[in-house]
Amino acid sequence: MAQGKGEVIVDLKGVSKHYGEGETRVDALRALDLSVQAGEVVALLGPSGSGKTTLLNVIGCIIDPSAGQVALDGEMVFDGRWLRRDLRRLRLDKIGFIFQAHNLLPFLTALDNVALVLHLAGRSRADAQARAQELLDYLEVGHRARAMPALLSGGEAQRVAIARALANSPRIILADEPTAALDSKRAGIVMDLLRKLASEQDACIIAVTHDEKIFDRFDKLFHLRDGRLEQDDTIQAGDPQ
Amino acid sequence: MNLALRDVQHNLFRFVLTCLGLSLLMAVVLAMIGIYNGLVADALNIVRAPQVDLWVVESGTKGPFAEASKVPPETRDAVARLFGVAEAGSITYQTIEADHAGSTLRLYVIGYERGRPGGPLQIAEGRNLQQSHFEMVADAKTGLALGDKMRLGRNRFTVVGMVRDTMNSGGDPAVFITLADAQVLQSQLAPAAARVQAARGASMSEQATVAAVIARLEPTADAAALGRTVRQWKHLQAMTQAEQENLLIRSVVDKARRQIGLFLGILLSVSAVVIALIIYTMTMEKLKQIATLKLIGAPDRTIVGLIVQQSLVLGLAGWGFGLVLILAIKDNFPRRVVLEPLNVAVLGAIIFGVCIAASGLGVRAALKVDPATALGG
Ligand SMILES: Nc1ncnc2c1ncn2[C@@H]1O[C@H](COP(=O)(O)OP(=O)(O)OP(=O)(O)O)[C@@H](O)[C@H]1O
Ligand SMILES: [Mg+2]
Repeated sequence: MAQGKGEVIVDLKGVSKHYGEGETRVDALRALDLSVQAGEVVALLGPSGSGKTTLLNVIGCIIDPSAGQVALDGEMVFDGRWLRRDLRRLRLDKIGFIFQAHNLLPFLTALDNVALVLHLAGRSRADAQARAQELLDYLEVGHRARAMPALLSGGEAQRVAIARALANSPRIILADEPTAALDSKRAGIVMDLLRKLASEQDACIIAVTHDEKIFDRFDKLFHLRDGRLEQDDTIQAGDPQ
Repeated sequence: MNLALRDVQHNLFRFVLTCLGLSLLMAVVLAMIGIYNGLVADALNIVRAPQVDLWVVESGTKGPFAEASKVPPETRDAVARLFGVAEAGSITYQTIEADHAGSTLRLYVIGYERGRPGGPLQIAEGRNLQQSHFEMVADAKTGLALGDKMRLGRNRFTVVGMVRDTMNSGGDPAVFITLADAQVLQSQLAPAAARVQAARGASMSEQATVAAVIARLEPTADAAALGRTVRQWKHLQAMTQAEQENLLIRSVVDKARRQIGLFLGILLSVSAVVIALIIYTMTMEKLKQIATLKLIGAPDRTIVGLIVQQSLVLGLAGWGFGLVLILAIKDNFPRRVVLEPLNVAVLGAIIFGVCIAASGLGVRAALKVDPATALGG
């Protein structure tokens, strides 16, 4: 990879997000700062309703922040307003999403679910399929490439979804409770895999989790409280390299 | 990778079932159009069959189709002698019920003079009437076959020829017999009182009337002027072919036509709503998948393509199967079902429009959906 480690990929400054107005106003994020570097795997913790999903959605350019600045992979994308018009293209190129529910398209095979994002990014059909197969093999679900999502086990489906998130070699991977559907052994395997990807592809991973058993797989733990982030140093996080 | 096609393949059974339902609906719409056309075509067929220019009927009546008309048979000679008339013939029409092979047939009996206007236009099978008595040419819808013998009144007739698509506006298939036979039949089937009178020899002239005198004109003749001449004669009036056709459409088939026309309108609206609903729900069910597509970065083009292509495939399949279905069964209808290519094309265009409009609604909903809904929680 051309870029070195230590480079800041996700950089949020003074980001606020509120839903509704007046009586029903909810301040989900208040002037929040966050900076995540290449190769880092960080966890977002916090009670239900604390704004974790909101924060992921802001980083993923899915919802509009109310104020602040968002820079992704060295490019300022939001500064009081969106600076890029084509946010979907930005997502396609730079961001991979891993959902709690795998959200694979039910009418495409595992292979084509992964190939689709490559195809959308402009790769030829054959090329997209070859790369998709490679990714599935890498995630050890290659043998299920021709299966429809409904026939995959929870763990297999999650790994296919991860393959899809990784297909375009995004620099930012956002995961909302990626291991919630998995048993603790599988959860550990998935987290190890994400760590490996982060260091190999020089990407950063931001994951929401409630799962204490995997806390040690993260480099940093952030707590969301009152719409602000606090880094948690009490838990010994894993080795960043 | 065509997402629309892949989704159809994935839900093939359901898709086929939806198509089937839709095509049945389309078949009903097409049948209705065909029945509507058939009604008009049948009604006009009987008026056009003699291929004449002038109809001379009893004055004060809208005969011989809309109302009964009685004209003395000598009228034919008078009409034939008029300047500009090429040929003239007497003709009678009556609807009768007759038993044949254990069932009762309802027949529209046309009596005409051999060698004069009024006979069958085109013999599909067999030959035209050659003898002056007891032969008949029957429409195929009567169920009679060449060589069949059947009793009309007190005489037995032999079927010597077959025609197609000749029936009155009520759908009763036509049979042609000679004028002389028809007049005998008329007297035999007349009410008992009239028969008693006839037996006493009271009113033989009554028995001998015809329904109308029809005339073919020279190309240079003026039908309207001839009509004026005829109107000066006692008890007679004349109508041009166009007037007769108009009269028939307006007075005889008009109600039935409007009835079917309105029903067709309702049927079309129902179909439009059903198609729109199917396509709209089809899209609504996919909203979560569409949100996922947006999240992973699919452009609007991909999403719009998914919806529009699917609805067009659905519409096309429904229309196509519907057409095949109706073409397969249309000859089994008791009355004629006439499908013009233009009708079918117009229906196709309407369905196309409905599909585009309905997918427009779906597309609107799809483009509004927030990619965040794919993430949940
Ligand atoms: N679309 C919305 N409209 C209004 N309020 C919202 C909306 N989305 C989230 N909220 C509110 O914003 C706050 C933060 O929500 P968020 O979904 O980010 O919480 P979370 O930390 O992800 O919770 P959980 O752990 O339950 O998933 C909550 O109070 C929620 O009710
Ligand atoms: Mg959440």
